[in-house]
Amino acid sequence: MKRLCMGLLMVLVCNASFAQTKLFTKTGSITFFSKTNVENITAKNNKVLSIWEPASGKIEFSVLMKGFEFEKALMQEHFNENYVESDKYPKAIFKGTVENSNSISLTINKNNTVNVSGALTMHGITNQINIPATITINNALVSASASFEVLLADYKIKIPSLVADNINKKIKISINIPLYKSL
Amino acid sequence: MKKNLLLILFAVCIYTAHAQDGSLLSGLEDSTVTEKVTGAFKSTRVINAHSTEMLAKGNLDFRILHRFGFVSDGAKTFFGLDAATMRLAFDYGISNNVMIGIGRSTFRKEIDFFAKARILQQATGAKPMPFSLLVAGGYTIYTGENSVLTKPTLTDRSAYYIQTIIGRKFNSKFSLQLSPIFVHTNTPFNLTDDQSIFALGGGMRYKVSKRVALTLDYHHPFGELADNSTDPLSLGVDIETGGHVFQVHFSNATGMNERAYITQTTGNFFKGDMRLGFNLSRMFKIGKRR
Repeated sequence: MKRLCMGLLMVLVCNASFAQTKLFTKTGSITFFSKTNVENITAKNNKVLSIWEPASGKIEFSVLMKGFEFEKALMQEHFNENYVESDKYPKAIFKGTVENSNSISLTINKNNTVNVSGALTMHGITNQINIPATITINNALVSASASFEVLLADYKIKIPSLVADNINKKIKISINIPLYKSL
Repeated sequence: MKKNLLLILFAVCIYTAHAQDGSLLSGLEDSTVTEKVTGAFKSTRVINAHSTEMLAKGNLDFRILHRFGFVSDGAKTFFGLDAATMRLAFDYGISNNVMIGIGRSTFRKEIDFFAKARILQQATGAKPMPFSLLVAGGYTIYTGENSVLTKPTLTDRSAYYIQTIIGRKFNSKFSLQLSPIFVHTNTPFNLTDDQSIFALGGGMRYKVSKRVALTLDYHHPFGELADNSTDPLSLGVDIETGGHVFQVHFSNATGMNERAYITQTTGNFFKGDMRLGFNLSRMFKIGKRR
């Protein structure tokens, strides 16, 4: 009986400890930016889901394409209708790993520079990417940021020749997670 | 026995820890998200009729509309291209759900005003909405010369309309809308015409590529109109290029406001009494979006 109790306790402890090691947010932001001589286009989404498991290093992002807000409504419509085809491919998803994740102390104040590698799925196409990122620990609060570039052609997003001068073929993407909360 | 139990428990423990291997986010994704359905039509007009689309807040849509003569007039009028009527219009989005517009047509030198509001927007997700519902109301006043000897008053020159638009984007390609409309003309062009005309309208679009769509716009008026009056029918192609939308179409209607095309359309579309027309829309953004 004692052992059974211990066993039960172990289950609880196990679950609790595994549960504690996941950090989660619903309010991450992704901004993308296209710069050309003709015009600069920028859009932002403030409802990015992300989860990070420091022990294993696993990290995931999920974002609804329709949640990107542009300054010009027409651009937003074209983005959804013509470029990323949000009806067909509603989400962009990243599944990857933070390298040497378990060496990051969640209690020591520090800007940890890390490498994140994994699979980015967008517009129905998956590509392996490897990007530098920063995980900041400040008074036991965890935040993160990264920026990288994607080639539209890699995701089969076609720019018609008529607007080829208005949209950069390389889009700069900035990710900012203001606060990861333990799940 | 107890050892076995312990082992099982341990196994369960390991299992639960590994069960989430597939995706860490699974089960955490928001099921409360409601997504508005957008882009049922490329423009705020199907061809002549109001569509379920709205201008976004702060957007100014400058519209230049042309209608040429009947193709059936033949080579002597270069298949109608010799004659042209036009309407110039400015539409503006006050909010994402309310827009206003002003236009001026050469046909009867008529000025028109309208306001359009979206009451329901089609949505999917947590709070789904199967269709969009809009209302539009307008006022037209003609300033052209009239054959009547007595000078018509402001009231005589006026007409009003109110319309509801119920539409649904069935998939990324196909959208359909119904738009019943009530038009009241204080002094109809033909004095025997009914002052009040109810018409049932339908519009649809089918996207053939990302930037090109086929459109159809049809109304059937109920009531007494001139003998030669016909149902306005338009078939067109929407071509989108950046900030412009070109709508090129064939229509039997001359008028480009609701009073004109509902009550004053003549010509049998299927006997070639159709005219080439185009709507050109150029979007400008005024002020910040939010």
